[in-house]
Amino acid sequence: MTVSPASSDSLALEDKVNRSWLKWTLLVLALTAALAVGGCKKKAAPPAPPAAPPPPQPKATLSVNPESIQRGQSATLTWSTQDATSISIDGIGTVQASGSQSVSPTASTNYHLTAQGPGGSADATARLTVTEPPPPPKAAAPPEPSEEELFAANMKDIYFDYDKYDLRPGDQAAVDTDAAFLKAHPSIKFTIEGHCDERGSTDYNLALGDNRANAARDALVRAGVSASQIKVISYGKEKPFCTESNESCWQQNRRDHFVYGR
Amino acid sequence: MKRYAVLWLLLLAFVLPGVAQDWIRTGTGVGGEKIRIAVPEFKVSADDGQAAALDKTFNDVLFSDLSAAGIFDVVSRSFYPLGAIGGPTDVRLDTWAAPPPKAAMIAFGNVASTSGNLQVQGWLFDVKNAQGPQILAKQYRETATDDNARLIAHRFADEIIFRLGGGIAGIAESKLYFISNRSGNKEIWGMDYDGAGQHQITHLRSISLSPRVSPDGTRIAFSSYFKGGPNIMMWSLDLNRLVKFPEFGGTNLSPAWSSDGSRIAFSSSRSGDPEIYVSDQNGNNLKRLTVYHGPDVSPAWNPKTNGQIAWISGRTGLPQLYVMDSDGTNSQRITDQGYAVSPAWSPNGQLLAFAWIRHYGPGSPGNSDIYVLDVASHQWIQLTHDGGRNDFPSWSPDGRHIVYQSTRSGTEQIWSMLADGSQQTQLTFTGSNSQPNWSWK
Repeated sequence: MTVSPASSDSLALEDKVNRSWLKWTLLVLALTAALAVGGCKKKAAPPAPPAAPPPPQPKATLSVNPESIQRGQSATLTWSTQDATSISIDGIGTVQASGSQSVSPTASTNYHLTAQGPGGSADATARLTVTEPPPPPKAAAPPEPSEEELFAANMKDIYFDYDKYDLRPGDQAAVDTDAAFLKAHPSIKFTIEGHCDERGSTDYNLALGDNRANAARDALVRAGVSASQIKVISYGKEKPFCTESNESCWQQNRRDHFVYGR
Repeated sequence: MKRYAVLWLLLLAFVLPGVAQDWIRTGTGVGGEKIRIAVPEFKVSADDGQAAALDKTFNDVLFSDLSAAGIFDVVSRSFYPLGAIGGPTDVRLDTWAAPPPKAAMIAFGNVASTSGNLQVQGWLFDVKNAQGPQILAKQYRETATDDNARLIAHRFADEIIFRLGGGIAGIAESKLYFISNRSGNKEIWGMDYDGAGQHQITHLRSISLSPRVSPDGTRIAFSSYFKGGPNIMMWSLDLNRLVKFPEFGGTNLSPAWSSDGSRIAFSSSRSGDPEIYVSDQNGNNLKRLTVYHGPDVSPAWNPKTNGQIAWISGRTGLPQLYVMDSDGTNSQRITDQGYAVSPAWSPNGQLLAFAWIRHYGPGSPGNSDIYVLDVASHQWIQLTHDGGRNDFPSWSPDGRHIVYQSTRSGTEQIWSMLADGSQQTQLTFTGSNSQPNWSWK
């Protein structure tokens, strides 16, 4: 049976009973008049009106989809009711008998629907879980340079005059920066390679390269570097850095070359 | 005073070239009166098919050995009388004594190859002694291979040289050891004294330097980065592998054997500065000989006495030649200018060969040449003049030849020459070859 909307709410039950008694009384009077005029015939008694059935109990369902969201996202509340005339959801307010609504709470929420009707009331709940979104990935830190890369960037080779193995005055600055770096990294072990240019004799150059490498070693040790970090090797003229026969290349080869590792 | 003496000698050298040459002639035994010897081709006396090729090899090698000996004036074959010679009955001495050959000696014989066996008969006749000309009559027999034809020629040549060269053994069977990079790494190689039979000895695939063969010919001492170092290492030619030798620490190089094979001198920077050390042949009983700061390298024993060691020191700046007693005392400086390296003592103990840039100047030093210096008088003579960098002289056992390295051909190669600087001959042609060392016999 459809129920008409709100206007029927205001009718009191008593009023309804009074109005129906009045209706029956008028009907009996009308029938008696008809009998007086007409003949005396036998007439069927009108059927007794059925007893009004009790109004049905309202029903209600409430669901939320999805059931778990991250904060900032939204979910959809869906409900339906039967035989209710007054439906409300906590935190939302009065709603239609059935429908759906998007919700985006900042914390987990239990939604509670109440449906009221002439037959009583019903309620339904649905829980929406709100989780913290994962923290944004930290921006990748630039990789630390390796000890070997630091060594190559900081250590300066030392160059020599022809047939000489003593450090030139201008090389003292290189020794100082090399020593400072090595003292700041006492775990680094390295090799000093002594080299010579192509002129001159194989054997003599091997010895000269040795003197060159040891000159740098001694200078570094005097500057405070630990001798245990240092290995020395001479290559004479056996492993040149360039092979042209000119002064520029020869100077390139007359050097102590610092190499990470032993 | 010494400086003036040298100047006088230089002046004399200019004015009287003959005088300045005398001492090197007597010192080395070359450059003096040479014996005119004829060497006609040996006739084939029996042939199993191989004889022609073997005969050619024998003839070529015999002729080369006698030409290279340094004591002969080998008569050109274009002057020889006609007619093949296979034995004494074929020789008419008067035709050989007369011009054009004017020979003093004649070596002749025959070559036979039968059933895979090579047999050579050889004679040496004194051309001027018609009554009793025979000096040598030899017979050799080996399996018929080209190498054996070569070997027999060497043996016969050495017999002739010994007989006619004042009792000094010939060098035709001697060997040279040197460094070559033609395999891709600097390794030790060996070859015959005339450049034949070049072969690789070590396969260490590292950098190996300054090979020195032992007096008994069984081992080669050398310097190598094979185990870091570089270290003095020992190669056994008998076992064809490395044998144990101690690692001393530092840079170890330029080993040199005493002539009795009992001791080895070398340079080591184990103390932090390269100094000359002596050990026994196994590297034990190490003794340090030099003490001055600066590079000390390239020791060379006086092979006649083993009582002196020459070496190179940079203690005053540029490397100079020094000599000391073998116990480290009495060191004296020999050169007083230029850049001097690589001393090599002659077998008779009188002369030092070395490489010298005598006129040294910054930027563009003068040329590096081989010099020979008389140890007693300090007189010297320049042996190479043709440009290139010349270094690492090594004396032959007969004291008449010097092998060395030179870049005069454009690349670094091994050359040999007579000890007066004549007859310069290129021995290697492939790759870069250096640091030659002549065997002791």
